[in-house]
Amino acid sequence: MATYANPVYETRRAPEIGAAASRRDIVIVGAGPVGLVAAIDLAQRGHAPLVLDEDRTVSVGSRAICYSKRTLEVLDRLGCGEPVAARGVRWSVGKVFFRDALAYRFDLLPEAGHRRPAFVNLQQYLLEESLVARAQALGVEIRWGNRVADVTPRGDGVAVTVDTADGRYGLDATWLIAADGARSTVRKRMGLETAGQVFHDRFLIADIHMTSAFPTERWFWFDPPFHPGQSVLLHRQADDVWRIDFQLGHDADPELERQPERIVPRLRAMLGDDARFELEWASVYTFQCRRMQRFRHGRVLFCGDAAHLVSPFGARGANSGVQDADNLCWKLDLVVRGRAPESLLDSYDAERGYAADENIRHSTRSTDFISPKSAISRTFRDAVLSLAPEVPFARALVNSGRLSVATILAASPLCTADRAGDFAPAPGAMVPGAAAADAPVRSASGDWLLDCLGGDFTLMAFGPVAGPAAVRRLANAAVPCRVVQVGGNAPPDVLCVDDLENAVAHRYDGRDGTCYLFRPDQHVCARWRRFDIDAVLAAVARAAAHLT
Amino acid sequence: MAQLVTTPNFFAPDDFYERLIAMHRDLDERESAAVNARLILLLANHIGDAEVLDEAMRLARGAAGTPAPPTSGETDARGAR
Repeated sequence: MATYANPVYETRRAPEIGAAASRRDIVIVGAGPVGLVAAIDLAQRGHAPLVLDEDRTVSVGSRAICYSKRTLEVLDRLGCGEPVAARGVRWSVGKVFFRDALAYRFDLLPEAGHRRPAFVNLQQYLLEESLVARAQALGVEIRWGNRVADVTPRGDGVAVTVDTADGRYGLDATWLIAADGARSTVRKRMGLETAGQVFHDRFLIADIHMTSAFPTERWFWFDPPFHPGQSVLLHRQADDVWRIDFQLGHDADPELERQPERIVPRLRAMLGDDARFELEWASVYTFQCRRMQRFRHGRVLFCGDAAHLVSPFGARGANSGVQDADNLCWKLDLVVRGRAPESLLDSYDAERGYAADENIRHSTRSTDFISPKSAISRTFRDAVLSLAPEVPFARALVNSGRLSVATILAASPLCTADRAGDFAPAPGAMVPGAAAADAPVRSASGDWLLDCLGGDFTLMAFGPVAGPAAVRRLANAAVPCRVVQVGGNAPPDVLCVDDLENAVAHRYDGRDGTCYLFRPDQHVCARWRRFDIDAVLAAVARAAAHLT
Repeated sequence: MAQLVTTPNFFAPDDFYERLIAMHRDLDERESAAVNARLILLLANHIGDAEVLDEAMRLARGAAGTPAPPTSGETDARGAR
């Protein structure tokens, strides 16, 4: 490729070859974005996960390119948000065109006062490079060129057989995280299946290197003059690489469509005869919306594409996989440390299964709009698009992908319900189950609220409501909880957060005495109008599956 | 709970019917289908109430019966386009 050469990572002969299998607490299969995020999270929590990957490099081709605000916030917690955000191309404006005219435009983040934008676009290989660097800095052992050949679940763990260029060896994993992608070997070897829908429309991805005056926005065309009857998506990535996604229909010949002689004329028709570009990478694909019935099978936990698949419209693949890892790792940490029962991991399946259903529902609906499956479906689709420029309600029906945001886990068994009447319902309210909203602050931990929430159970209190004795009791509980205080003088061991612009109070509907309990993945799990230590301890216990 | 009005609600039913047919004058089938679709969308948004719309869709489908659930379910739909 013109702009990128894949690194080749060193691989060493595994010490287990020709020797006994070694015991590992946590083995992660797959060093893609999801496996690496899990490895970093677990390493930050003091574990020594072993990562196995069959290749010796990062992603070949740009593949997943849109990383959501929530993903960036997770990466911030993992100490690698900055290189990804800095290298990524920021965008929040999208434009939708129908035939030769603009149908409407949207802005995903109309509100200021957030550290991260709605999205950055970055080639998957560049994201993975940042994650590998972070994992290596934390001392994570990644075994490149190590392919899982078999897995055998046992009562107290999983026997893993690994093939390498130097030979075969065995590992005994107490816990196994399967983040090995859509064609998951772990899933296949365990005889597990996914169910759902296969879509037959073919799409062409072409990544080109081009210096262009196109703005940094997401542009989506329905039925454009340069590609009649089909849809086209344009996205900018880092280093002047552009992603163009052409819908080809079900009759397209994938071998033929992959040829540059076919691709370049399509690009010329779109970009004009004067455009200068080089083709970097191309792929012809179909997609599926499917999921495993359960994401936890005893000591094996499935994450990302191994567990669920969606269409690319909405950027819900890699972003939901990162949320899987974010959801799983604190739970696994508590279980491995003996601080929570194994049943806490069932909530991983419940919460991320719910998220997968939500993602699949959105993704399927987008697909039905983009690629109508009947004449009448197309008639309505075109009716919506033709109304959109002049009639505002129709814009809400235009579906070129509902872009990934953090799933609100409101129905989770880990949430404690609000006391009736305490909090008024409002759009975007920080209900139990919602991922924490960021806000600009001043504190010893950083200038953003999410920096202050960290990776442990955290109680955020508005005003000096938790005294030193209560703070100590929370810190010394079976599952510890730290306290941060918004406004006022804080006792020792309590992080003081200065709500400079009143944004925390506004976004959290906070007033003196209001308290929010955050889980280690920064999702709200309970909130109150006044501090009650017994209620807080009970809510922490509930969120750690210590149900009484 | 809003209910779909099924008793006469037009001031001048014949006038409405005449204008509905006139709306399609000089259009071919495709154009008419597009106009109908836009009309349905405009009226549906005006009504807004999901229960009223569901009831109207159920009555409109009539003898064809209840449609199969949306395809986002668990069943394998290989062959779907």
